[in-house]
Amino acid sequence: MAASRIVPVLLATLALALWPLAAGSYGIDFVTKTMIYAVLALSLELLVGTTGLVCFGQAALFGLAGYAVVQLSPADAPASLFWLLPASMAVAAAYALFMGALSLRTRGVYFIMVTLAFAQMAYYVVHDTPLGGGTDGIYLALKPVAEIGSTVLLDLGEPLALYYFVLGALALVFVFLALLLRSPFGRALAGIRINEQRMRATGFSTYPYKLAAFVISGAIAGLGGFLFAVKDGYVNPELLSWHISGSVLVMIILGGIGHLRGAVLGAFAFALLQEFFKSEALFGDFAKHWLLGLGLTIIVSVALLPRGLIGIGALLTNRLRRRVEGTL
Amino acid sequence: MSAPRAGLHPTRPPGGEAGPVAEPHVPETDVLLRASKVTRRFGGVIAVNGVSLELRRGTVHAVIGTNGAGKSTLINILSGELDASGGSVELRGTDITRWSQPQRARAGIGRSYQRTTIFPVFTVLENCRLAAQAGYQRPWAWWTDAAACHVCVPAARDAVARAGLAELQDRPAGTLSHGQRRQLEIAMCLATGPEVLLLDEPLAGMGAEETERMLALLNELKAGHAIALVEHDMDAVFRIADRITVMVNGAVLASDTPQAVQANAEVQAAYLGGSE
Repeated sequence: MAASRIVPVLLATLALALWPLAAGSYGIDFVTKTMIYAVLALSLELLVGTTGLVCFGQAALFGLAGYAVVQLSPADAPASLFWLLPASMAVAAAYALFMGALSLRTRGVYFIMVTLAFAQMAYYVVHDTPLGGGTDGIYLALKPVAEIGSTVLLDLGEPLALYYFVLGALALVFVFLALLLRSPFGRALAGIRINEQRMRATGFSTYPYKLAAFVISGAIAGLGGFLFAVKDGYVNPELLSWHISGSVLVMIILGGIGHLRGAVLGAFAFALLQEFFKSEALFGDFAKHWLLGLGLTIIVSVALLPRGLIGIGALLTNRLRRRVEGTL
Repeated sequence: MSAPRAGLHPTRPPGGEAGPVAEPHVPETDVLLRASKVTRRFGGVIAVNGVSLELRRGTVHAVIGTNGAGKSTLINILSGELDASGGSVELRGTDITRWSQPQRARAGIGRSYQRTTIFPVFTVLENCRLAAQAGYQRPWAWWTDAAACHVCVPAARDAVARAGLAELQDRPAGTLSHGQRRQLEIAMCLATGPEVLLLDEPLAGMGAEETERMLALLNELKAGHAIALVEHDMDAVFRIADRITVMVNGAVLASDTPQAVQANAEVQAAYLGGSE
């Protein structure tokens, strides 16, 4: 059982590691971007899939970390990765603490709305104050580097270096969350998702648990935001918009809520579908209306695969088993 | 543990004082939970009105009354799920009236629910392991495997075995029968190592054999625990209870030994002479 889950994950990691050998610069950029969204999707999976908290403000945490990267970087020399990465993650985690501390007092639909409100608040602060540079966004003059003494270990301005850095970050987040979910903390979060009242009656103060999950999720979303800002060298308020919060939610639903693999799979499926429907070679003029195709596909796939893409395997084996049993 | 099938009354005669574990003279110091003049209002409705109650180690204290008499509300106040509008609750002499529910649970008050509230997707053992984890939470140890916890897993196995579910421990809890779920509910309670058990209709919807098994379990648990039992099954209550409190409209009508309650004319008029 465990091997059947680990082997596909290892194979996928290997495929991603080998991808730059086969792909051109566009392909590398595309997969880099998708892996960053996968990090963001994993951060949301911790809240939605594990803890049962449907957060509709994940983009704020993502975008604020992106803005932190740009605003904290000195203009004349590249910033050091060693402090810029933790600092931007801390900015996202701090906003998650603020957002979680207040929104976790509500439940259900109210929670969704309150998290959306907090995200919109951050969006408008970035959009309408000098702090964020307005609608046009701001450029990152120099991308961060990791250096010890004068030896540059890693220059994130290099697309290939960035690709492997993002892949490493995705793998680390995945392993960290996999460990977290089997730990006492993760089991308590799962208990809270299924029956919070029972957890309280058993002796768990559930609020600090949920808040801790929120802050961890915020830090991971912040990691995603850091990577995104570094990749594009540019941030704008759209990074904090509810479109992104919604897209990430769709990614984890598409992939299969309740599985870390589902979040990653969903991020890739979403990105590929987007590319497919945007393709003018395939759809000609209709490619302008790519959102329509994407939306319909998502509706159909959610209707046919309520447990997400990750559930396809089980669905097929069940069907096969039924057929085999039918012939016996 | 398998259900003893030696007659209808496996461990003690009906209503008698001479059970295998019950002491006839319980010292005052063994009062584990004491409610004094507890009141709860919902708007203009007084659901629980000035109820006083003492739960002693080694006794089963049944709370009976018609639907809406305030029994479940009383359990909710004692366990901390609801705040009391007035009165006080003491655990081993400490005032816990202002304590939150998780705090009370960790201090030794375990409760079961009228409607089964297990974690259906977890296995039977995991349900109990998670309950045991409440007393040994260690949320910061993110690299450790919860399923290998050397404190919680043995506690969970013990609770599963005491509730008679050892053979089912790897089954998802959602696949258990109704009676087995009620047993699991008790097992989860036990896994937290409580001293006080507040059981809200543990026999509801159970068949005759399951009822016997549950009564045998309660009898066994009585030695180490103070048990409050809210129950509609009068035969079961009069067989197992050492004290009975009768509630009507949120207030206590009578609180005495089973024989005295049975003989009480007021109780007969208000309750026992009625439907049951």
